[in-house]
Amino acid sequence: MNLLLLILLPFVFSLVLLLVNKLQLIRAIALTGAVLQWGLTIALLYFYWQQKNSGVDSIMYFESVYSWYATLGINFHVGVDGISIAMILLTSTVVLAGVLVSFKEERMSKEFFFLLSFLSLGAYGFFISLDLFSMFFFLEVAVIPKFLLIGIWGSGKKEYSAMKLALMLMAGSALVFVGLAGLYYNTSVNGANSFDMMEIAKANIPDAVQNLFFPFAFIGFGIFTALFPFHTWVPDGHSSAPTAASMFLAGISMKLGGYGCLRVATWLMPDAAEHYSTIIIILACIAILYGAFATMMQSDLKYINAYSSVSHCGFVLLGIGMLTKTAINGAVLQMVSHGLMTALFFAVIGMVYERTHTRKVAELGGLLKVMPFISSVFVLAGLCSLGLPGLSGFVAEMTVFMGGWQKAELFYRIATIVACASIVVTAVYILRATGSSIMGPLKNEQHLQLTDAKWNERTAAFVLLIGIIAMGVAPFWLVDLINPGTEIIIQKISSN
Amino acid sequence: MDTEIFFLMKHELMITLIIFSLLFIKLSTTEWKNEKLLSVINILLAINLTVGFFLNKEGNLFGDMFRNNELLVLEKNILNLGTLLISLQSYEWLKKHEHAPEFYMLLLSSLLGMHFMISSNNLLLFYLSLELSTIPLAALVNFDLDKKRSAEAAMKMIFSSAFASCLLLLGISFLYGTTGSSHFSEITATLTEKPLQVFAFVLVMAGFAFKISAVPFHLWTADVYEGSPVAVTSFLSVLSKGSLLFVLAPLLFKTFAPLQTSAYHLLLLLAIATMLIGNLFALRQQNLKRFLAFSSIAQVGFILIGLMGQSTVGTTSVVYFVVVYLFSNLAAFGVVSIISNATGKETVTDLKGFYKTNPVLSWILAIALFSLAGIPPTAGFFGKFFLLLAGAAKGNYVFITFAALNMVLSLYYYLRIIKAMFMDTSIEPIEKLKMSYPSKIAAIVCVAGIVLTGVISGVYNYISNLVFVN
Repeated sequence: MNLLLLILLPFVFSLVLLLVNKLQLIRAIALTGAVLQWGLTIALLYFYWQQKNSGVDSIMYFESVYSWYATLGINFHVGVDGISIAMILLTSTVVLAGVLVSFKEERMSKEFFFLLSFLSLGAYGFFISLDLFSMFFFLEVAVIPKFLLIGIWGSGKKEYSAMKLALMLMAGSALVFVGLAGLYYNTSVNGANSFDMMEIAKANIPDAVQNLFFPFAFIGFGIFTALFPFHTWVPDGHSSAPTAASMFLAGISMKLGGYGCLRVATWLMPDAAEHYSTIIIILACIAILYGAFATMMQSDLKYINAYSSVSHCGFVLLGIGMLTKTAINGAVLQMVSHGLMTALFFAVIGMVYERTHTRKVAELGGLLKVMPFISSVFVLAGLCSLGLPGLSGFVAEMTVFMGGWQKAELFYRIATIVACASIVVTAVYILRATGSSIMGPLKNEQHLQLTDAKWNERTAAFVLLIGIIAMGVAPFWLVDLINPGTEIIIQKISSN
Repeated sequence: MDTEIFFLMKHELMITLIIFSLLFIKLSTTEWKNEKLLSVINILLAINLTVGFFLNKEGNLFGDMFRNNELLVLEKNILNLGTLLISLQSYEWLKKHEHAPEFYMLLLSSLLGMHFMISSNNLLLFYLSLELSTIPLAALVNFDLDKKRSAEAAMKMIFSSAFASCLLLLGISFLYGTTGSSHFSEITATLTEKPLQVFAFVLVMAGFAFKISAVPFHLWTADVYEGSPVAVTSFLSVLSKGSLLFVLAPLLFKTFAPLQTSAYHLLLLLAIATMLIGNLFALRQQNLKRFLAFSSIAQVGFILIGLMGQSTVGTTSVVYFVVVYLFSNLAAFGVVSIISNATGKETVTDLKGFYKTNPVLSWILAIALFSLAGIPPTAGFFGKFFLLLAGAAKGNYVFITFAALNMVLSLYYYLRIIKAMFMDTSIEPIEKLKMSYPSKIAAIVCVAGIVLTGVISGVYNYISNLVFVN
C-alpha cells in the first residue's frame, strides 16, 4: 500500500472543499473524506497484518523514498511500524468523530472543514515520516490550523488562547529544530549529513552530542504533549477551542509530541534518554500530580478535561522515561487511550454545552433524566478517565505502572507509587463532576426542554466508544501491534 | 566585430533598449494614454523576462571587469521577474499618475544598475553600478509628488545612502591601497588579516549593511518605506536588498575568503542585532508599511545567518531565500497597495473584519504573512529552514537557538494581522475591493510562487547546482 495516499486523500478533499459553496455539499464532502480516511487506515492495518503474517520481517513496512532536497540529504522517506499504525488509526478515528460532531456547524463551515482536513493531513504526514525534515514540516503544518480554528470558532478568551497556543507550540518546534540540526550535522552517511531516521538510528552518535541535543528535542516535543512546566497552553487552548478542535488538539495534536519524544528523542538518542531519565520521570510525576490536583479546583467542564489531559499525558512521559519495554508499551497505549477518551469527553461536553449553553458544573444537574444518551456516554468517558477495568484507561495506566515497577531501584518505585496515587485524585474529580452535573436533581427547569443526541452525535460517540471498549476488553490486539515497534526502541537502548 | 557582447550583456542591453524606447515615446508629439502606455510597458517587461532565459553565454568582458555566468543570469531573471510583478501591481496607481513614463525610466535605470552590479568583477564597476541603482531610487521615493512625507523620505534616503557610499568608498580605497588591485580575484590573493585590511573590510560591510538595512544602520528604513509610494517601497525592500545580497554572498565567500574569521564575527553581531531589533520594533507597529519595513529588517537578519555558513550551501540558501522573499513580500505589498489605493487606509486596525468583505485578498495576505513567518507548507518555511541549517554548519548552537526563538517572536506580529483580518469585527470594515487585471496576474504569480517553490524542490536544486558549478 502506498502511504502517500494518507496525505493525498485529505489534501484532495480539502481542495475540493474550497471549490464548493453549498452547505449540504460541504458537509457531505467533509464526511465522505473522513469516512474514506478511516477506511484507508483500516485497510492499512489489514495490509500490515497480511505482510506480517506472510513472514515479512522488517523494521518499517510500506517504505518508500522520494528524492526531495537531494543536495542537502533530505528525502521524503515514508514508512510505518506498529506504533505509527496505532497513531494513524487513532487519528482517523478522532477525525471521523470530530467531523461528525461538528457536522451541523453553520458559521463559515467551508473554512472550518478545510482547516480540520488540513490538520489531519499534518498528523498523518507526521506519523508516516521517517525523515526528520518532513516530520518537522508536518509538525508545523498542524500548528496554524489550530490557531485559526480556536481564534475564529472558539469561545471565551479565544484570541488569547489561540495566540498562546500558536506561540508555545512554535517555540516547541524551534527547540525541535535545534535538536534536528544537531543530529543532522553529527551523523554522516557515506560522507554526507542525513536527516533520515533509519540512517541516524544506525549511526553511533557520541554521548556528548546526544546529551547536548536530547533536551532540545525532548523539551520541544514535550511542549506539544504538555510537559511540565510547559503545559500552560493546554488548559486555555482546549477550553477556548470549538468542540471538534478540542478533540483534535487533545486526541491527535498532543500525541504528535508524545510520538516525537519516543521516536526522535528516545530512539535516536538512547544514551541521553538514559542519562536524563530521572529528570523526565520527576517532571512527569509533577505533571501527573499537579494536573490531577489542578483539575479538582476547576468548575468548568472543559477546564476539567483539559487539566486532566495534563495529568494523563504525564503517564505517557512517565512511560517513556522508565525506558523498560512494558513501560514504553504502556506509554503508547496511553497515547491511544487518552486520545480516544478525551476526544469522547470533549465531544459530550460540546453536546452538553450546545444545549445548555453552560459548562459550569454548578449550573448543571440531573441531565441523565433529560438526555439519557449523552449522559451515559459522559459517565462512560469519565469512568474510562479514572481507569475503570474493562475500558482503555485501565489497560494503559496499568501497563505503565507495571513497566515502572520492573525497575527495582527505590527512585523508580517511589515514582510509580506517586503516579499510582494520582488515580485517587482522578476518581475524586471525575466522580464529583459526574455526580453533580449528570446525577442529582435537575437544577434548571429550562433544561427539561432539551433534546437528546442527534444521529451524527450518536455515531461519533459510538465510533469512539467502540475503540475504547475494544481496547479495554481485548488489549492484546493493540499490544501485538505496537510490540515490534517498542522492541526495536528497547534494543537500541540496551545495545548502547 | 564580435557578437559575443550581445549575448553576454543581453540583460543590460534589453533594459537600456526599453529605457530608450520610453524616452522616444515621451518625446514624440502624440500623447499616449496612460492605460495604453502601461500595457505596452508591461508587455515589454514580460518579453524582457522571457528573453532573459534564452541564449545566454558565459564569459568576461572589458578586461574582466564584467562577468556573466548561469548563476548571475538566474539572479538577473529573478530581478526582472520582481520588476514585472511590481509594475503589474502599480498599474492602478500609475493609471492616474501624470508621470508614468518617468517612473519607468527611473525604475529601469535602477534595475540596470543592479544588473551591472551583479555582473561586476571589479570594485570600480561595482561602486559605479551601485550608485546607478541607488540614485534613481531617491527620485522614485519622492514620486508621490504632492505629499510632503514623500519628499522627506527622499531626502532621508539620499543622505543616508550618500553616507553609506562614503563608507564603502573609503573601504574600497583602503582595499586598493593595501592590495594594489581593484579586481575581485586579485584582491583575494593578497588579502591577509592585516589590521588595515580588516578595517577596510569592516567599512565595506558597513556600506552593505546600510543598503540592506541591517541594524545598527537601519534607521532610515522605516521612514523611507512609510513615505514612499507602495510600489517603490516594495522595490526597495525586495529588489534593492535582493540584488545587494546577490553581490554580498560571492563577495564574502570568495573575495573576502581570507578574512573568514572576522567576517563570521561581524555577521554574528549584525545578525543578532538585526533580528532582535527588527522583531522588537515590528511588534508594536500600527502602520502596515512601517510594519513590513521592520519585518523586512528582521528577515535580513535571518539572511545574514545563511551567509555565516559554508560557501555552497550558504550561497544557495541565500539566493533561494531571496526568491521566496520576493514572492512573499510582493504578495503582501500587493494587497497593501490595493487597499491603500482604494481607501487610503494603511493601518492594522483598518484590517479588522477584512475577511468578511474581502475573503480572497485576506487569504492572499495571510499566505504571504505565513510565508514571511516561515510556516509550512509555504516556501518561507523552506527558506528559513535552509538558512538556519546553513548557519548551523558552524556548530554555534546557542546562536541558532536564539535565531529559531526569534522566529517565534516574529510569528506573534504576523499572527496579529491575521487575527485582525479573520477574528476581529469592525463597525465599518473596508468595503469590497476590486482587483484590476494586472494586479490579479501579479497576485496569482506570487501565490503560486509561495506555494510551489517550497514543496517542489526544483528551484532549490537548480540554484544549488548553479552555485556549485560557479
